[in-house]
Amino acid sequence: MFQGLGVEVLSMSVDSMFVHKMWNDEELSKMVKGGVPFPMLSDAGGRVGKVYGIYDEDLGVETRGRFLIDPDGVIQGYEVLTPPVGRHVAETIRQIQAFQLVRESKGAQATPSGWHPGRPTLKPGPDLVGKVWKEWKTEMAFD
Amino acid sequence: MPEELSPGCARPTGDPVGEIAAHQTAFEQERKEESPVILIGKKAPDFTAPGYHNGKFINVKLSEYLGKWVLLCFYPGDFTFV
Repeated sequence: MFQGLGVEVLSMSVDSMFVHKMWNDEELSKMVKGGVPFPMLSDAGGRVGKVYGIYDEDLGVETRGRFLIDPDGVIQGYEVLTPPVGRHVAETIRQIQAFQLVRESKGAQATPSGWHPGRPTLKPGPDLVGKVWKEWKTEMAFD
Repeated sequence: MPEELSPGCARPTGDPVGEIAAHQTAFEQERKEESPVILIGKKAPDFTAPGYHNGKFINVKLSEYLGKWVLLCFYPGDFTFV
């Protein structure tokens, strides 16, 4: 899925690489054929997590921080959730597609709220000022 | 791209590198609260970290991925439930 978008995935937790191996080999490989396709990284001291602002000192774990980094190494988006609620991967994929489109257009196009591939983009410029209402309807934010 | 690691008995871990790391060390020396340095639209703090991938132990440096889109996902722990 992410490979098709040209995106390299890295996961990170405070578990050691030895525990990552066991989790992959014993459980995750039963969910994903061939096992986890991306590097599972260890931040046992939480030091990387602290720099990224997602390490929970009280729990001693890293929260569900998700960072989208562009080819220049710039953070284009992030989301952080506390442990009990999982992510919605489809939304992450949608955001990657949107950021890639914007980057490929060199900023000539922007993706309005609710955009997904195939939907019209906005072309920011003098002619669009005060005219977004013609291009984009409120309902488009919700589907 | 990532170099292979030969594991010893120690439990290797990740570390910020570069200016951020120096910044963080300075913080520690001053015994101040470490503050996050990530900002939207700014450079992702570089780091190195050991990991497991395709049956091998490896060492990954974020800056080696320059030129590619990267999705970096933190999570609370292996063998947890969500």
